[in-house]
Amino acid sequence: MAAPPTAVESSLRTAEQRQSAVIVFEDVSIAFESNSVLNGISFQLNRGETKAIFGIAGAGKSTILKLAMGLVKPDSGRIYVLGEDVTTMSEEALFELRRNIGIVFQESALFDSLTVRENVAFRLMEEHDVSDEEIERRVREALSFVELEHTVDMFPSELSGGMRRRVAIARAIITHPEILLYDSPTGGLDPVTSTTIIQLIVKQRDVFKTSSLLVTHRLQDAFIMASHYFDRNTNEMRPLPRGARGEVPMTFLVLREGKIIFDGDAHELAHSKDEYIREYIS
Amino acid sequence: MELTSPTDFAKDIVQSVQDYSLLAGRSLANLFRHPRYFADMIQQADLIGVGSLPIVVLTGTFTGAVLALNSAHTLERFGSLSLIGQLVSVGMVTELGPVLTGLMVAGRNSSGMASEIGSMVVTEQIDAMRALGTDPTKKLVTPRVISTVFMLFFLTIISDFVGLVGGGIVATLMFRIDAHQYWSSAWQVLVFQDVFTGLMKPVLFGFIIATVGCYYGISARGGTQGVGRATTQAVVASSVLIIAVDFFATRLILSVFGYR
Repeated sequence: MAAPPTAVESSLRTAEQRQSAVIVFEDVSIAFESNSVLNGISFQLNRGETKAIFGIAGAGKSTILKLAMGLVKPDSGRIYVLGEDVTTMSEEALFELRRNIGIVFQESALFDSLTVRENVAFRLMEEHDVSDEEIERRVREALSFVELEHTVDMFPSELSGGMRRRVAIARAIITHPEILLYDSPTGGLDPVTSTTIIQLIVKQRDVFKTSSLLVTHRLQDAFIMASHYFDRNTNEMRPLPRGARGEVPMTFLVLREGKIIFDGDAHELAHSKDEYIREYIS
Repeated sequence: MELTSPTDFAKDIVQSVQDYSLLAGRSLANLFRHPRYFADMIQQADLIGVGSLPIVVLTGTFTGAVLALNSAHTLERFGSLSLIGQLVSVGMVTELGPVLTGLMVAGRNSSGMASEIGSMVVTEQIDAMRALGTDPTKKLVTPRVISTVFMLFFLTIISDFVGLVGGGIVATLMFRIDAHQYWSSAWQVLVFQDVFTGLMKPVLFGFIIATVGCYYGISARGGTQGVGRATTQAVVASSVLIIAVDFFATRLILSVFGYR
């Protein structure tokens, strides 16, 4: 029997894990006023992995994304993003780190006084060193990815809910970030539009293999993502052959009362014996 | 309605003062940090300055006119109607021009800033801006502060001038005072202290209007109702602060330069 690891070995292993992971939560807790939202949660998102986070409304799903972005600070615990401890970083340093992360907000959060072009190009325009021609080319490229090239001169108020989400995806991917965070991208949309959005997320996942955290309360969205792949030849999402796994690892994380009660793949989730999970997925 | 304990109430006030001071300080410190948003400053200057011009001109003209009307009756009793130009001039330049222009711009722009930024907060646009690597205080607050200070300075000069014109119209048409005499006495009575007082106040008031408007906007919580509340609070707080700061600034200047 091997000897138990020493403290130095444990710390080296933890450091190695942090390097392979793009996001690491270590014993993170946060409360808003007297309401505890997350209570000592730990998980990690590995490079190239897509992780779907489930939980009922108010379970703290969106808070996890805001914590990962450094938009809110935890009361205790550590959060490492791309190897940096975001819990101790200044806002100025966080602005630099956030340039490597794309986020799609729950209600799109498009700037309503800017056109679609200006919204999608916002990050490039803020960098101040990208030429106008280059900005135009990349805006067209990002909008073509979400199939909304014709909306370039429109304002967000002129778009439907689904189109706004697609523009938000284009804005998030324009700089090809290392991490993508999706906050309920299909929330409040009809089933057909939801499928279009999920198809875009699958396309992004399989084409660019970006590490992603997806917050959702719609189990079917995540199961579609786990059971489908994007076919570049037909430009369509297709079901994976029975028993096959996709190119990109897809895992699930379930939150309940501020704690993680499940962290594993689709097969483990489907065969979980936890009553709450069984009820949730039924 | 839930009652707040006195301790929590006091803590909230201290917290608000601290947050406001930090925001106000950062809005100035951003001037020395990159990037600087000159295009946004010009856009805001247009909205605040050119947009406020009609109300400032109307307010200034009628204030000067009513000042001349009221003072003329008193001066007439002492046979000193020729001093009307002096009264209108000192009153407009040192006090009424800066304060009324400040209050007008506060009513129009402090509320506008609070509602615009507040709406961006409740629709997560501010979070989106931070997530996209842009500092909202640099992009939204500093351009508004600089533009308001700059434009209020010139709006006050315009207000002073049109106030004198309004007073001049009343003096010449209603009290038959010679226009040349009116303008000479209005011009000659002004000393450095008056002009300095009159031009220092809009700088302070402009800073108050923009920082208070932006502070209430950024602190807005609770959806559209919260935005409405923030807008009202911004107008009330900036107006009260303008009048309070006007007293202390006048007292300070008088203690530095002495009475006329």
